[in-house]
Amino acid sequence: MNTAGYPTAWRPPSFFGTRGRQRLALAGALAYLAVSIGTLNIDPQRVLAGVGRAIDLFGRMIPPDFSRTGLLFRGMVESLQMAFAATLAGVVLSVPLGIAAARNLAPRPVYLAARGLIVVGRTFHEVIIAIFCVKLFGFGPVAGLITLAISSTIFLAKMLAEDIENVRVGPIEALRATGAGFGQVVVYAIVPQVLTRTTGTAIYRLDANVRHSTIVGIVGAGGIGHTLSASFSRYDYDFAAAILLCIIALVALGEWFSDWVRRRLR
Amino acid sequence: MTADLAARYPTIWRRRSRRESVIAWLWVAAVAAASVWSVSALDIEWLFFRDAHEQAIDLAQRMWPPRWSYLPQVVAPLIETIHIATLGTAIGVVFSLPLAFLAARNTTANGFTWAIGRALLVGSRSVNTVIWGLLFVAIFGPGPLAGIAAVAARSVGFLAKLVAEAIEEADRGPIEAIEATGASTWQVYLVGILPQVMPVLIGTTVYRWDINVRESSVLGFVGAGGIGIYLYASINQFAWQQVAVVLLAILAVVIASEAVSARIRARIS
Repeated sequence: MNTAGYPTAWRPPSFFGTRGRQRLALAGALAYLAVSIGTLNIDPQRVLAGVGRAIDLFGRMIPPDFSRTGLLFRGMVESLQMAFAATLAGVVLSVPLGIAAARNLAPRPVYLAARGLIVVGRTFHEVIIAIFCVKLFGFGPVAGLITLAISSTIFLAKMLAEDIENVRVGPIEALRATGAGFGQVVVYAIVPQVLTRTTGTAIYRLDANVRHSTIVGIVGAGGIGHTLSASFSRYDYDFAAAILLCIIALVALGEWFSDWVRRRLR
Repeated sequence: MTADLAARYPTIWRRRSRRESVIAWLWVAAVAAASVWSVSALDIEWLFFRDAHEQAIDLAQRMWPPRWSYLPQVVAPLIETIHIATLGTAIGVVFSLPLAFLAARNTTANGFTWAIGRALLVGSRSVNTVIWGLLFVAIFGPGPLAGIAAVAARSVGFLAKLVAEAIEEADRGPIEAIEATGASTWQVYLVGILPQVMPVLIGTTVYRWDINVRESSVLGFVGAGGIGIYLYASINQFAWQQVAVVLLAILAVVIASEAVSARIRARIS
């Protein structure tokens, strides 16, 4: 019997199915890499120069300069306030939009309009929305608040609509059988089923808003982002490092709080 | 005696005990107090709201109709935006794998290395892509290179966190089986754990790529390449009809990338 054709060493199976397909995927990835780097005209000399500049930059960031506590504290508090007020506004506004975007509750035209609004709204990054809010409401935290409120409303409405679409139909049918109106169906059949999850999403969004509130300031919409971008443009790197550390601390704290609350809700 | 019994066995059903309802009301009061504080301290100038709708209508009228002749100029930066997202995600994946093994409790060497891994995760995730962009523009100068580095820096933490969780939840069976054959630590990682976390890695990578396309659309605001520069320039020139073209182009690209990402993820799971 001829066993020469059988391999003696085991190789783990390929993720792409066959070896040929794996090679093809690898070749495709390499080709893409070559094309994209070619079109972006990345200068290797600039990359190398960047390494030296990075060392210099981090050298100037250490030690972080926490001496301007007033400015730092005011910026952080403003970011936090924007995040909180925006989450609240988002929760309130997302309820009608979420109900309108739920297939099992809203009439078809309303459903399509609400879904369209959600798809378009989710596409645009907070910073793009912030520019328009700055144009409409002037510089300052109000523009940031409205930016975050808009994106929170859209996010929370999407999650709420999905939760509503996943509710059990039993309670709804039971209430309808008793002759309950639309409002009564929502209050007694939908709210008890989605309340816990929606609270969890709202808390998650608060945490996300804290993160986003640190960047809308770059286009003039208030918060710590404005102070941060100003310190970068003035080459004030030790102050920038202090701001970055504060942002990391605040975001980590927010994430921990949101995890803690959501664990308790379950 | 009877009062005692009545307190112990109430005749009316209540959802919460007295203690629970007090705690619930305290939460409500805390939320109310925090919201009053944050709204009042923001110094909201309500006057601005009075004509906001008129301004919005005015802006919309200026944006319409979009100046389609501007479209050919934004095609190249749009492609650059996608390249920034893709290359940034790719670099992020490469760095996230070792970081995930470092930050997972069952594969890290000791408590100290675990703490380092966790600190890197938190640092990478807490700083927004745009802020990473500010930092890398200071390092590499303006251009797509800074954008790629920013996207990669933010993606590393995102990917590594989810992969680290998958590593911690990996099935013990295959790992023990491979350990029993006398495999080295590297072989256990490569053959025992990596195939188990591969679906999570690929799923989150594709998901992150689609988020990164959206984030790359604004990196230009801090000078880190992509379509954002054109959007910012058009807004600063008050060329609202060009702004409309750029926004519609971003809308198309982001929706397309979301659709691609959703299809790939549906096929994996």
